[in-house]
Amino acid sequence: MNYSKEVIAHFTAPHNQGVIKNPDGMGMVGNPTCGDLMKIYIKVKKNIISDIKFETLGCASAIATSSMITDLAKNKTIEAASKITRDDVAEALSGLPLIKMHCSNLASEALTAAIEDYKNKIK
Amino acid sequence: MDTKKIYLDYAATTPVDAEVLKTMLPYFSEEFGNASSLHSFGRNVMDAVNDARKKSAHFLKCLEEEIVFTSGSTESNNLAIKGVLRAYEKNNTEIPHVIITMFEHNCVLKTCQRLEKEGKIELTFLPVYADGIIKIVDLEKALKKNTLLVSAMYVNNEIGTVQPIAQIGKILAKVNTKREKKILFHTDATQAVAYFDTNVKKLGVDLLSMSAHKIYGPKGVGILYVKKGTLITRIQDGGAQEFAMRSGTLNSTGIIGLGKAIELLENNKQKEIKKIQDLRDYLINKVLKEISGVRLNGSRKKRSPSIANFSFSNVEGESLLLYLDANGVACSTGSACSSGSLNPSHVLLAIGLKPEQAHGSLRVSLGKYTTKKELIDFVSKLKKVLEKLRKVSGELLKEYYAKKK
Repeated sequence: MNYSKEVIAHFTAPHNQGVIKNPDGMGMVGNPTCGDLMKIYIKVKKNIISDIKFETLGCASAIATSSMITDLAKNKTIEAASKITRDDVAEALSGLPLIKMHCSNLASEALTAAIEDYKNKIK
Repeated sequence: MDTKKIYLDYAATTPVDAEVLKTMLPYFSEEFGNASSLHSFGRNVMDAVNDARKKSAHFLKCLEEEIVFTSGSTESNNLAIKGVLRAYEKNNTEIPHVIITMFEHNCVLKTCQRLEKEGKIELTFLPVYADGIIKIVDLEKALKKNTLLVSAMYVNNEIGTVQPIAQIGKILAKVNTKREKKILFHTDATQAVAYFDTNVKKLGVDLLSMSAHKIYGPKGVGILYVKKGTLITRIQDGGAQEFAMRSGTLNSTGIIGLGKAIELLENNKQKEIKKIQDLRDYLINKVLKEISGVRLNGSRKKRSPSIANFSFSNVEGESLLLYLDANGVACSTGSACSSGSLNPSHVLLAIGLKPEQAHGSLRVSLGKYTTKKELIDFVSKLKKVLEKLRKVSGELLKEYYAKKK
């Protein structure tokens, strides 16, 4: 199984890794049985994701997709960020091995969960 | 080998020993004859093949005609199980019963599972306990009237624990004295032959599988020991090579390499066992002492000198493996992600690990070229890599379980 250069780059030096204290939205997905847990934190200013961070317990592609989705979502409006799909993440990473596609799914689910959390908070 | 890199994956494969290579080289282009040919080109090669057979027989303390050269352990295991079944089916209509351990290598496990699915065998799995070892009493309980075959691996390839093969052999021999239809005993000794007793009589086995590439020989060649008189039929049709047990032109170059590898192994075995075992103990002690959130998988003592398997909390094995690889260290993991499936290692689950512990596993396997300095470097790199990955994973696991409550 070979990973693309982009996957390796994001995996070995992940972007936006860490924790946001007092986030406006937060989403955790995955389970230890499949081996991947992912959490995304967002800070929202004027409907724009001004800051985003992630924590991931998982394989190389889980870490790379988390890193990539934070890049894709940063500085986007809530609406635009909501539209990021698993395919967008996989494409931005120049593809993922088939068996790893669920990782990109996990990343988009984590982002969606964080956005939902934000929406619920401002209701 | 690249000396700057640290290779700690000897259980996956070993480099071909320089002396083995030297022995093999003339048999590619100079002595290229087909060992089965009657002319001098063939005879010269057959002489060398027979020399390898002699060394193999000496190593296993068996007869030369009990050595069947194969393409490696996967083939040997397939031949042992399917061949025994085939011979049985010729004279019997009752579905036979086969017993294997829960943590056999896939080439035994999947072979048996398929035969069971096809309705050709009744299959029982012997449980494996936290120490990575089966219990004899479970075997005794599992035996049935129609039991045809027991297959138990000698050393587990992932965690390195040793099964009581000679003890199983004794039990079966005793049981067999009272039975009309004898139970056959097979062991996959692939990971064991470099470090443990390979005297097939002492082990009491009818069939034993091994590979050359785990003992500094070439890939693509191995042995199935078949005790004289064992009812077994070949599974690959063609020529009458290997006492009509394994059709196909002999991989003479590989076999000659295997013979040399076995000779070198026999000459240095005791010395190397001690050296590698000391290194293994040094490694285990150092890792358990200096690293937090770690457990050693399987019995501390009843294990191969070569293999240590750890689980690290809050990291996933594939990530760990690739970070180590980026730092020039080669290891292996039982994490799902490394295997191309979504389930973690059946071996680690069989000894009772939680999925996350299995996902966080790392197999470190040592060999005759391993040095203490390499292990020191390895542990220092491991610490750095763990720190980095644990930062990425934060407290997610704890949080997950807190939410579950």
